[in-house]
Amino acid sequence: METINVSESITKNADFITEIGIESGQPVQKCYQCGKCTAGCPVAFAMDYPPQQVIRMVQLGMKDELLKSNTIWICASCSTCSTRCPCNVEIAHVMESLRIKAGKAGAAPAGKAKYVEVMYDALLGTVEKYGRTYEVGLVMQNNLKSGKLFNGADMGLPMFQRGKLQLMPPKVQGAAEVARIFAEVRKMEGGVK
Amino acid sequence: MRYAYFPGCSYHGTGKEYEASTHAVARKLGMELVTIPDWSCCGATASHGKSHLLNIALPARSLAIAEGMGIGEVTTGCAACYQQLAHANKRMTENEEIRNKVNKITGKEYKGTLKVKSLVEAIGIVDPEDIKAQIVKPLTGLKVAAYYGCLLVRPPEITGFDDPENPMFMDNMMKLAGAEALDWAHKTECCGASLGVSNLDIAVRLINKILQAAIEKGADCMVVACPFCHLNLDYHQKSVNKQLGTNYDIPVFYFTELLGLAMGISPDELGLKTHFTETQKIMNQFG
Repeated sequence: METINVSESITKNADFITEIGIESGQPVQKCYQCGKCTAGCPVAFAMDYPPQQVIRMVQLGMKDELLKSNTIWICASCSTCSTRCPCNVEIAHVMESLRIKAGKAGAAPAGKAKYVEVMYDALLGTVEKYGRTYEVGLVMQNNLKSGKLFNGADMGLPMFQRGKLQLMPPKVQGAAEVARIFAEVRKMEGGVK
Repeated sequence: MRYAYFPGCSYHGTGKEYEASTHAVARKLGMELVTIPDWSCCGATASHGKSHLLNIALPARSLAIAEGMGIGEVTTGCAACYQQLAHANKRMTENEEIRNKVNKITGKEYKGTLKVKSLVEAIGIVDPEDIKAQIVKPLTGLKVAAYYGCLLVRPPEITGFDDPENPMFMDNMMKLAGAEALDWAHKTECCGASLGVSNLDIAVRLINKILQAAIEKGADCMVVACPFCHLNLDYHQKSVNKQLGTNYDIPVFYFTELLGLAMGISPDELGLKTHFTETQKIMNQFG
C-alpha cells in the first residue's frame, strides 16, 4: 500500500467516516486492531484487505480505496467477526454499509466483486418482478450479466430429474405490493438499482 | 404449539425435502404450522447488500401479514429467511422511526408484536419427553455431525438463542432420535452461502473444510437446517471433488429428515430420495 497522509485523509473524508458510523450503527472508532475478526474470517484468503484493515481504513477515511476494494463484496456476512469482536463492532454491518455505498457509486470492481453484485441484482430482479425468488430466472440472469454463460449449467438436468427445478415463475397475489416496496425505496433513497 | 409459518422461496425447489420433512415432523409433534397467506421473499442473501431500508421492508411485508393472523409467533426452516425476519423484527420493534418509515414503504402496518423463531428453536424447545414418545425407529449407532452454519446462531443480538460458537439444539435432537451427535469443530463455520452461485471457486474451499472436519471425526452423515447450506454441502460435494481432487460422498440431511426417519415416517414422504449424495445406505439401515 502506498504511503498516505493520515491527517489529510481524515480531514478530507470526515463526512464519509461519520456516515459509515451512522449507517452501520457501529462504533467503528473503538477498534484497537486486535485482529480477531481477521483470524476467524472464512473468506479472508480471497480479500484484498482483511477485515481488521477495513475497519482501520474507515477510521482513517480511506474512502476511495475502500469503495474500490473487493473485500466488501466477498464478505459473506457470516458475522463470525461481529460475534467475536471485543469492542462489539458488528463488522459485517460495516461491510454492508460500505458495499451499499460502493454499489450506489457504481464502484464494484470487475471479477469476483462484480460477480457478487450481479448475483444480487439477478436475485432481486426476480423478486421485484414476481414477489418471490425465481431460481431458474435468477441463474439465467446471473449468467447473462456475469458473462459466465455456463455457470451451474450442469445443475439443470440433475435438479430437474429430482423435481427441484421450478420451470415456471412463482405466483404471488401481492407481487405488485412487492414491486411497490422497491419503487418506494428508490423514491426515498434514490439510486437503488 | 401454533406458529405462523414462512416457507421461503426454495420450498418447492432446491429445498423441497426440508419443506416436506418439516410438515411431516410437525404433524407428529402436534405442532401447527399455518402458512402466512401470500408471503413474499425476505430479500434472501441479496437485499442486505443493496439498501438498509429495502432489507427491512421486504421481510416486513410478510411480518405485517403474519401479525394479522393473530398467532403471535413466526417460524421458518430456512436460516437465511429466519435471519432476515428476525433482523427486520428487531429493527422495527426497537426503533419507531424505522417502523414508521418501513410501514410507509410496504403500505402495511406492522406494529411489532411478533416473536420470530427458527424451526430449530421451535422444535428444540419442545419437551424432550414429547419428542422421545414419537421415536419408534431409533437411529442407534448413527454418527451425525450437526452443522448449524452462520445465520441460525449469529449475530447473537439478532438470534438470541443457543450458543453462537457451540450450539447444541440439533445435537440434542439427534440424541433424542437415538443417534450419536459428534463433538466437532466446524459446526458454525460458513459454507459460503451465495458465493456458491457468484464465486464457486471461493465457496468450494469453505465447503471442503467443513466436509473434511466432519469425516475426520468419523461422521456417517451430516444434518443441516438451511436450504442454502444443504445445496452447498450436498450438491456441491461433486464441485469440491472436481475442483480440489477430493472424493467426498457423505450424505447431508435436513435435521427434520432424520428426526422423521426415527419417528417412522417413510423415506418417500420425507424426501430422502432426491438428494445428490448417497442416502440409500442409511435408508436401508433405518428406513
